[in-house]
Amino acid sequence: MDLIRFEKFFYRYKGNEEYALNDINLRIEKDDNFVLLCGETGSGKTTLIRCMNGLIPQFYSGFYKGKVFINEVNTVETSIANLSTEVGIVFQNPENQLIAMNVEHEIAFGLENLGVPPKKIAQKIEESASLTEIEHLLDKAPFELSGGEQQRVAIASILVLEPKILILDEPTALLDPQMARKIITLLKEIQLERKITILISEHRLDLLLPFADHMILMKNGKVLEQNSLEKAINGENFQKLNLNKPVIYSIFMKLREENLFEGRIPSSIPDAINSLKRYK
Amino acid sequence: MSAELPLIMIKDVNYSYPNGTIALKDINLNLYRGELIGIMGKNGAGKTTLIRTLNGLIRPTQGEIYVNNKNINTATIATLSKKVGIIFQNASHQLFANTVEDEIKFSLKSFNLSKEESQMRTNQILHQFNLEKYRERSPLNLSGGESKKLAIASIFCRDPDILIFDEPTLGQDAREIEFFIRLIEKERENDKTIIIITHNIEFAFEFIPRTILMADGKIIADGPTQKVLNCEELIEKSSLILPQSRQFSLALQALGFQNTDTLFSKAEVTKYLMQFIKNSSGSAQKR
Repeated sequence: MDLIRFEKFFYRYKGNEEYALNDINLRIEKDDNFVLLCGETGSGKTTLIRCMNGLIPQFYSGFYKGKVFINEVNTVETSIANLSTEVGIVFQNPENQLIAMNVEHEIAFGLENLGVPPKKIAQKIEESASLTEIEHLLDKAPFELSGGEQQRVAIASILVLEPKILILDEPTALLDPQMARKIITLLKEIQLERKITILISEHRLDLLLPFADHMILMKNGKVLEQNSLEKAINGENFQKLNLNKPVIYSIFMKLREENLFEGRIPSSIPDAINSLKRYK
Repeated sequence: MSAELPLIMIKDVNYSYPNGTIALKDINLNLYRGELIGIMGKNGAGKTTLIRTLNGLIRPTQGEIYVNNKNINTATIATLSKKVGIIFQNASHQLFANTVEDEIKFSLKSFNLSKEESQMRTNQILHQFNLEKYRERSPLNLSGGESKKLAIASIFCRDPDILIFDEPTLGQDAREIEFFIRLIEKERENDKTIIIITHNIEFAFEFIPRTILMADGKIIADGPTQKVLNCEELIEKSSLILPQSRQFSLALQALGFQNTDTLFSKAEVTKYLMQFIKNSSGSAQKR
C-alpha cells in the first residue's frame, strides 16, 4: 500500500499563471525509509510537501487537477486534522509552528486536540521528549530556546502524534553545521527505531546523502526521477541539475571524466574511502 | 593593507540586551575597503548583533565604531543605510511593497531622484538581477530564491560602500550561489567591502579570503579562511565542521595515502588523486 500517491496532479497558486506542480505522478512507500527530495530553487518542493497533508488544496487557494492520496484517502475528502495523524510536517522555521507557553504544552497540544486521555498524554510526551533529547527543556517557553532546540521541539510535537510519515522542509537551514548534523543523525535514528518513513527536502546534500535511501529529483514543477539514492546520484538527472553537490561527488566525477575511475560515485567519505581501498 | 586606513574600525565594542544578556564582548576589528570577510560561529554567538551595530540598528553599550573615519554612534539609521546595506537572512521580512518594481522604487526614494531617473535605475537593477519578468508580481508570490534576489537588488540599487549579507546561500541552489559569487566579485572590483555571515563551510572555504570566528559574543579567531577553518579546536568551539575536502584528505591519510596532510581544498585533493591513480595503475588499468 502506498503511504502517499500523486495521480496526474497539477497545481497553480492563485494569481500565478505558471503551474507550481505540473503532472505529478509519485508513489512513496513504507520501504522507501529515508527519502531525500531535491531540486533547484522554485522547482516545487515546498508546494509538493504542502500537498502531502492537505494544506494544498484545502488551505492554499489556487487551481488544482488530479488526486493525492494519503494512506489511500483522498486529501480533499478528509480534514487536515485527520491527515495530521498520518503525515507530520515540520517546516523550515520551527518558530512559526510553536505556539504554546511551554515545551510540554507544545508537545501535548496535538494529542489534546485528538482527545487522548491525560495519562496517556504524559507517557507519550515522555517518550517523544526522550527520543529527541529535550527532557530538560519541558518547562521552558519555546521562544527561550536556540534554533536547534526549537527544531527538536517541533519534531517532538509532530512525532508524538505517531505519523506514518514524517516530512521536513529544509530542517537544518537555520542551524549551525554541528547542530545540523546532530538533527539529521537523530532523524535517522528515529526512522530506524520507529520504523517510519522520513522525507526531507534539503539543499545541504553533503550532510544528507550519507543518510538517505531514496531520492526524488524535481525541476520546473515536475518529478524528473524517483530512485534509490545510489542510482539517482549516478544518473544524468542529478548530474545536470544545479544542486549543491557534495565535494566528494565533484572529486569523483572529475576522476570519472578523466577516465581514472569507473565505479559508482560515492555518497559519503567512508564510501569514498572504500572505493579507494583497492589501491592500498 | 595595514598602511591604509580601515573603512570600518570597531573599538572595544560591548553590547548587552536590556534584559542583561551580554551579546558582544570587547570587539576590536579593522575592515578594509575592497575586503571580503566571512563571519562564522554557532547560533547565538553574536554574529547578527555585530552586523546590526554597523547600520545603527543596535547601538553599542560601550565602545566606538568608525565608518570612513567618522564615529557612527550618533548617525541616524537613514544616513547609515546609504553607506551600509544589510540583506537579512529571511529576505521576505524586508520586502513589503505591492510589486517587485515598487520595492526597488521605494528603496530609491531617499535619494530624491526624478521620476525618469528612478525608473531608469529600477529597470537597470531588475535587468541585472533577472527579475524583469516578475516586475508586476507581489514580492509575497516569489519563491525563496527569487525573494532573496529581490532583497539584494533593493539594497544594491542604493550602491552602498559596505554590503552585509546574513546567510546569503541559505536555500539557494548551485546556479544561484554562482550568480551571487559573480555579483560579489564584481562589487569587490568596485572596491566595495563585503561582509558575509554564513554557516556554509564549503562556500566560505572556497570563496572567502578572511574569516572571523565568533563564540559567546567574542571574536575567537580572525585570519585567512583556509587556516582558520582547518583548526580543529576552533571548529569545535564554533560548532562548525571541517570542510569535506579536509575530512577526505584526513581519511586518505588514515588509509595510508602518503603526503595527504598538506591537502586542504577540493582542487588539491582532486589533483592528488588524479596523479596517484595515474601513477599507480596508469590510464590503461582504469578501474
